[in-house]
Amino acid sequence: MQYQSQKVAKLYFTAAIVLFTAQILFGLVMGLQYVIGDFLFPAIPFNVARMVHTNALIVWLLMGFMGAAYYLIPEESETELYSPKLAVWLFWIFFVAAIATVLGYLLVPYASLAKWTGNDILETMGREFLEQPLPTKLGIVIVALGFLFNIVMTVLKGRKTAISMVLMLGLAGLAGFFLFSFYNPGNIARDKYYWWFVVHLWVEGVWELILAAILAFVLIKVTGVDREVIDKWLYVIITLALVTGIIGTGHHFYWIGSAEFWQWWGGVFSALEPIPFFAMTVFAFNMVNRRRREHPNRVATLWAMGTGVMSFLGAGVWGFMHTLAPVNYYTHGTQVTAAHGHIAFYGAYVMVVLTMISYAMPLLRGRAANSNKAQVIEMWSFWLMTVAMVFITLFLTAAGILQVWLQRVSSTPLSYMAAQDQVALFYWLREGAGVVFLIGLMVYIVSFFCNGKEKAA
Amino acid sequence: MGGSFTTSMARNIFYGGTVFFVLLFLALTYRNEQILPTRDNRANLTEQVVAGKRIWETRNCVGCHTLLGEGAYFAPELGNVYKRRGGAAGGTEFIKAWIKAQPTGTPGRRQMPQFNLSEKELDEIAAFLKYVSEINTSNWPPNIEG
Repeated sequence: MQYQSQKVAKLYFTAAIVLFTAQILFGLVMGLQYVIGDFLFPAIPFNVARMVHTNALIVWLLMGFMGAAYYLIPEESETELYSPKLAVWLFWIFFVAAIATVLGYLLVPYASLAKWTGNDILETMGREFLEQPLPTKLGIVIVALGFLFNIVMTVLKGRKTAISMVLMLGLAGLAGFFLFSFYNPGNIARDKYYWWFVVHLWVEGVWELILAAILAFVLIKVTGVDREVIDKWLYVIITLALVTGIIGTGHHFYWIGSAEFWQWWGGVFSALEPIPFFAMTVFAFNMVNRRRREHPNRVATLWAMGTGVMSFLGAGVWGFMHTLAPVNYYTHGTQVTAAHGHIAFYGAYVMVVLTMISYAMPLLRGRAANSNKAQVIEMWSFWLMTVAMVFITLFLTAAGILQVWLQRVSSTPLSYMAAQDQVALFYWLREGAGVVFLIGLMVYIVSFFCNGKEKAA
Repeated sequence: MGGSFTTSMARNIFYGGTVFFVLLFLALTYRNEQILPTRDNRANLTEQVVAGKRIWETRNCVGCHTLLGEGAYFAPELGNVYKRRGGAAGGTEFIKAWIKAQPTGTPGRRQMPQFNLSEKELDEIAAFLKYVSEINTSNWPPNIEG
């Protein structure tokens, strides 16, 4: 750590891990509700657990992105953060708002929550992933704007690098596209169309810029490869990401009332979306092979390579599997989608945030890298969580294919619930893999508290 | 990636490519808006349907169900539930009776909460689901089971 103000990142990273834990616990509750339908009913109905699961994920990834930015922007810009105080204030606003929102979900019936928080003034709630009450949504906008201001002011007074420009562009896009969450027309076909301007243009658009920038930063640090080489890769990757991803939005428009031309536009372009992720994998491996130093933080390098591989597998391969309209006609809205969602989010965004935390946290705690013992424990958590996620995905994919067959292809199609009963075995297996994931997360957390001989900073 | 391909070339391709595809996306969005009126059943978009959408949202129905395939995968698709449950011959009545009867309380079964909707609200949510079932979805879902 070269600049004092980078320290604020620690708050963000710590809160990210706390919310990550909450996300996984509620995920396990939902997984059990899939097979024991009345588990915790009516105290925590499935939809409530799901809001906590998905919203906690979004918030902790945003916390991770912000922490990453607060850490890497001063170092890239070679100057202290414009206002560390603002960063701390915004953190507490964001964290308190997140906790209050989760408590709101858990303790208040959703309809009452909507009424009390002014949903009648501007109706934005009750849409997947955008369930947050109006004050929370406004809070996100305020935090995002304050954060961007802080970052931009820092970059303006210091060195301007490709990494900081790409990161800022991604973060600005993140804030900008979120504004579509305030647009909710009464016409459901139009509502659904513009809803994707937040969801798709985040995860298959601007977030990829953030991902690539963070990965590039960590790779420069751990491999010592020339910045010129890394920058070129960075631009090529994000070009591929946006060229395929923007029109690729069309793969969500096949069956929601929009024009049929999307079946071609969306299909062709989204079929190319694996390419930037493949480039990311090649990038990570290539840079590590060409490394000019042996960085003592080996586990951060492992996370970086893991991000490359798993984002390609999860976002790329598992996305490609059901992106073409003739396939999607059968798989749309089944467990196949759930399988893809899990491994894509884990492989791309969870892993890149954990890469950054793995690299930065030891430095924030005053050492170049953790002790060998702590690193080995963290590596165990890497493998436990990653392998568990692969199995969660395989079991959900199996459940999904069976579901498609029983409910949509068979000559004597079953009803939704009858088909669900038939695939219960795979839900049990998925829950087992989920428990292994939780164990991996516990091991991960333990690695922070493991002492042992430290290497000097 | 060495030789004559420089970082500034890569950067320019990025900015140029992004601007081009953003504009193309906006053009396709404009075209989509022109085609939507022939597909989105807007002739039947009454105030009651919009009120029904509000019920749909404030009860977080999408937290368990899918609607035109989007949402959670814990409970049946509702985009075509009106047709699945009888259409003009009883679809509305079925939907209302079903919502009123929840939760079933069957041990081990997935449970839907009781929302205590008024008769007016039940009519609204049913009207909304009927409206959605008449949107042109390019023949999706593959069969009536959703």
